[in-house]
Amino acid sequence: MSVALKDRSMVLQKEMIANHFERLARAPETGEPVVYTFVPGNLTELIRSFGALPVLPEINALQSGMRKLSGEYIAEAERAGHSEDVCTYVKCDIGMMRSGNIGPGGKKLPKPDLLLLSYTGCYTFMKWFELLREEYDCPTVMFHVPYQGDGKLEPEHREYMLRQLREQVIPALEKATGRKYDEEKLRHHLALSAIAEEDLVAVLQAGKKRPSPIDGYFGTVYYVGPIFSAFRGTQEGVDYYRALREEVEERAMLGLGPITPEGPLEGEKYRLVVEGPPNWTHFRDFWKMFADEKAVVVASTYTKVGGTYDFGFRHDPNDPLGTLADYCSGCYTNLNLPSRIDMICQYIKEYEADGFLINSVKSCNSFSAGQLMILREVEKRTGIPGAFIESDLVDPRYFSAANIKNRLESYFQMIDARRAGKTP
Amino acid sequence: MATRVDGGMGAPMARGAVVEWARDIYDDLDFTVVRQWLEEHPKSKAGGYLPVYAPREVLHATGFLPVGIHGGGDRLEIIRGDAFYQSYICHLPRSVIELAQSGRLDMLSAVLFPSTCDVIRNLSGIWKLLYPDVYVRYVDVPQIPDPGAAAEFWAGELRRLLDDLGDVTGHRPTDEELRRSIALYNETRKMIRTLYAARRERPWDVPTEELYLLLRAGESVAPEEFIARARQYLAAVAADPKRQRDNSRVVIVGAFCEQPPLGLIKSIERAGCYIVDDDFLLGNRFLTHDVPTDGDPVRALADAFIRNDMKSSVLYEIDPGGKRSLMANRVAAANADGIIFATPSFCDPALLDQPMLRNGAEKAGIPCIAFKYAENTGQFQQFREQAGTFADSIKLWGAA
Amino acid sequence: MSCVVGIDLGSTTTKAVILDENGNVLGRGITNSRSNYDLAAAVAKTEAVINAKFGLIAQQVAATETAEAVTSLRRAFVMEQLLHQLRRLESLLLEEVEKSAPSHLSAPFREAIEEICRRITAEEEAYFRQPPVLRSDFFRDAVGSAFMRIAEQIGDPTGVSFDRLVGVYDKCIIRVENEPMDLDFRDHIGHALTRVSNPRLADAVEFAVAYDLTPAATVGTGYGRARLPFPKEQIRSEILCHGLGAHAMFPATRTVLDIGGQDTKAIQVDPEGIVTGFQMNDRCAAGCGRYLGYIADEMNLGLHELGPLAELSKRTVKINSTCTVFAGAELRERLSLGEKREDILAGLHRAIVIRAMSLLARSGGVDDEFTFTGGVAKNPAAVRAIRELVQENYGKRTLNISAESIYTGALGAALFANRMVA
Repeated sequence: MSVALKDRSMVLQKEMIANHFERLARAPETGEPVVYTFVPGNLTELIRSFGALPVLPEINALQSGMRKLSGEYIAEAERAGHSEDVCTYVKCDIGMMRSGNIGPGGKKLPKPDLLLLSYTGCYTFMKWFELLREEYDCPTVMFHVPYQGDGKLEPEHREYMLRQLREQVIPALEKATGRKYDEEKLRHHLALSAIAEEDLVAVLQAGKKRPSPIDGYFGTVYYVGPIFSAFRGTQEGVDYYRALREEVEERAMLGLGPITPEGPLEGEKYRLVVEGPPNWTHFRDFWKMFADEKAVVVASTYTKVGGTYDFGFRHDPNDPLGTLADYCSGCYTNLNLPSRIDMICQYIKEYEADGFLINSVKSCNSFSAGQLMILREVEKRTGIPGAFIESDLVDPRYFSAANIKNRLESYFQMIDARRAGKTP
Repeated sequence: MATRVDGGMGAPMARGAVVEWARDIYDDLDFTVVRQWLEEHPKSKAGGYLPVYAPREVLHATGFLPVGIHGGGDRLEIIRGDAFYQSYICHLPRSVIELAQSGRLDMLSAVLFPSTCDVIRNLSGIWKLLYPDVYVRYVDVPQIPDPGAAAEFWAGELRRLLDDLGDVTGHRPTDEELRRSIALYNETRKMIRTLYAARRERPWDVPTEELYLLLRAGESVAPEEFIARARQYLAAVAADPKRQRDNSRVVIVGAFCEQPPLGLIKSIERAGCYIVDDDFLLGNRFLTHDVPTDGDPVRALADAFIRNDMKSSVLYEIDPGGKRSLMANRVAAANADGIIFATPSFCDPALLDQPMLRNGAEKAGIPCIAFKYAENTGQFQQFREQAGTFADSIKLWGAA
Repeated sequence: MSCVVGIDLGSTTTKAVILDENGNVLGRGITNSRSNYDLAAAVAKTEAVINAKFGLIAQQVAATETAEAVTSLRRAFVMEQLLHQLRRLESLLLEEVEKSAPSHLSAPFREAIEEICRRITAEEEAYFRQPPVLRSDFFRDAVGSAFMRIAEQIGDPTGVSFDRLVGVYDKCIIRVENEPMDLDFRDHIGHALTRVSNPRLADAVEFAVAYDLTPAATVGTGYGRARLPFPKEQIRSEILCHGLGAHAMFPATRTVLDIGGQDTKAIQVDPEGIVTGFQMNDRCAAGCGRYLGYIADEMNLGLHELGPLAELSKRTVKINSTCTVFAGAELRERLSLGEKREDILAGLHRAIVIRAMSLLARSGGVDDEFTFTGGVAKNPAAVRAIRELVQENYGKRTLNISAESIYTGALGAALFANRMVA
């Protein structure tokens, strides 16, 4: 029975995504406007309220990585003069565009009518859209989300975001789509968001159970897919998260572990918290290294880059623009180092983890610069030693399976040895 | 050294003396001049800022000596800093951590981390954790020249900085005091513009090595002292003209944050290039026009930033054609022959910008070369060769 | 009496340690890792068994014989092994000549091979009669240089040339190294005993031959551990083994630094030798033993010569680039600037150790006592730099370096094997 249910959410997700890319491919004919934006701080409800379709370049890049296309795309961008030192999402995206712009659905992606540059905790976003603007020659609007340098959203920062939404973002969307801002429509989408968010949080927090019915990193990357990309604030999104929640709650009730690519994981042996994005080019191999050791990730920070819902935030239809500002400000990428450390420590405690791992990706300085400080500080506060491995987002040259496996094995054996030492 | 060529008596010595004064400050990783200044000004404090743009007027008005923190360059062995940074992150933050962890920055009561990139931004978080007694702020500047919301936001940030820094020193400046600081930094920037103009016009008289040392020293001393020394220097230069050589005129682009080792600058010059414009230490002249000294001084500072026409890789470029035309404009303004993209390894702002800038330059027919460095790069042979070949090829090209 | 074995399959060498049931070391063995990991493990283990048996002989005759008597038997034994391998090499060479040499060269080629092997045998016999000097016991090292030297002398540029001789040698030496050979104790000790003609050792040899060293458990570790033909329960990470091995050698150890050829590890252990934290070098190879290997190649020096030369330095040159790729360039530039080799080398040693220091800092610092292991621990300049930097950054620490430090991982593995039996 659970297999059939599992299939349901997966089938739903596949359909949603296929339909979305189909719509995108037809957009030049149907005239549906297309807005490119980023996952952290994405204003999907607002974009949808203008009848526009969102495109998320990071999602395209990671999909190219999973489909083993990123290596060639990156090479293409480097041939065009992009440095080997910089973010491979950007290079993968540029390379994909130069190779015909065939998106994850196998169909050509439409050109953007607007680049909505939500600058939310990643400096590279600004350069990324400057680079895309060079290629597409289309309008671009900047939405500056102040970084939570002091660990909280200041009222004047919120006010600044509201003014930008009113004075810059909405007029740009009106111009690009030819439609007027309709606050009622926005409220409608926001209300749908809140429903899906409630269900998503139930899924995420299922990781607190023993055994955990979900993998809070590898598996959850799929779970957050719809809400981080085009489907927040849509009925499809609501349906998907309801179905997913039912499946996960059933697995929890039956005492089952998470589903992995190798099948259901039984006999959970290690519970981990993970910081940092995954590697996409070897995603399955990477996951298998954990699953083979019966290691389950119970919570992760990466799955909060598109919103920190598990800390209570829900989109609020009663304060449509204010809630968008609050949302953007709270994305994981926009949190300072001390807040990130607090979050990891809290996860370790609440999800009863016995280890934590940092996957440090070369591409992403927003994540990676300071991770060794995070390691040091979390070890100090929790008394749990952390593991530190290095890879990249979508650069296949930067994934050394033997190296990573060696470290992971050493780490798990260390946990064993510590356990054996503690219980004579 | 070069000053002895003409064999004059008084002025050439003065040039050498000014340069040696600056070199001593540059070489001194213990910031002795800052420590001395603090001893002489017991009521004041020292406030550090990282690259690129920080509002030094605010530090100054609240009773701080603003101190530029640029890492220890090739003079510092990294022992502790590498424990904080992976190998694929630029050199600067590990060098700054090394300075701090070895106690060399313990005279700083506040440190500002401008929104130059995510590495410097995250360093602000590390600082909060390592040095809880130091005032730390990430300075998030507005990214678009919007006189409405963006200016309002930036004025708010400046006010908060004034309040916070004032709390650290116990000195809340009056508007008049802030205006005085603004005027002082207007004068500083004007002096820097004068130095740059002098070099642009007579690069044989103002070697970049000397100019650079002067500017670096200027980030560790009080603005008045910098201005006085720069004046002495310019006077000495006027009294000590050099022979013009058949060098190529180049603009250095990309070196605005992590600074190149002095040896790299020297290598480029000795290879037959006159550096006639650059973005070394860009923050010290980020504001290209004087900030008005009447009206609300905070608002004046904020508006000056918004209205500013400095184009750089640090801020978002709102003009779609901006990246394409920037290099041609700079080359024209400096009457240069070519561009050397000299970029720190792993520098996001510079390296992500480079394809756009280089494209624009090449479309405009401007010769370019590019290389990467780190502030502790120890070998210059390859740079000398590249720059030398570049200088020669420009001459051949120009002659053809 | 039961025993256990630990095997450490490293990137350059494979080590084995045999322990008795009380955890005392009976024997140690080492061999080069080759491309065949199974064989390397088997050879290392055989070497350890032989080493253990000689230990037993020494014990048996401790009261009546000098240490020299056992050492001389040992040397005779090693020579017997070597001659045995040489005979195998010779037969392979002759086979190869038969197969591939042009027919007009077949006879002179055979003669040349036989002549070379005859001369090597004679040299080895003479070498045995000389007072012992330090040299590598690896067959390839001992025989290879002799083969080249003699081939150069007798090679005929117009017929069986040096190049032809080396060509067949290169083909066959790999086979000799990669096939299992009977190098066991029992096979050669008889001849060795005859050769030293010391009948007073006969009983002890008999005792050692009969002594059962079949392990009750074996545990494998090291970078190549996944390639060992062991079930998963018998594999331990090198981190755990290094931690436990260092603890066994120096029980007060709390921090371990291992600098090997391919990687560097900083390990923290608790008072029981259980690993509480560790860090390994990142993707960048800077700071590994391999870095020194590049430098040695660049300077045309043997790896073991670097440290002593650096020790002559009076003034350490500051080296900024620990990047292996740039090290050569920086080195050449420094030399062209007239810096002294020893001063540059001192700087390079400091640079590699600084990288290790940051790894130590990442793993939690340097606690007392501090144990330094791995191939680089044999390098006096590296040890001196470690000592200085630890003192500067952490204050006074006891620094332990064992002469047997290369066996640390294998010892730890054997201790894990011991626990499995217990």
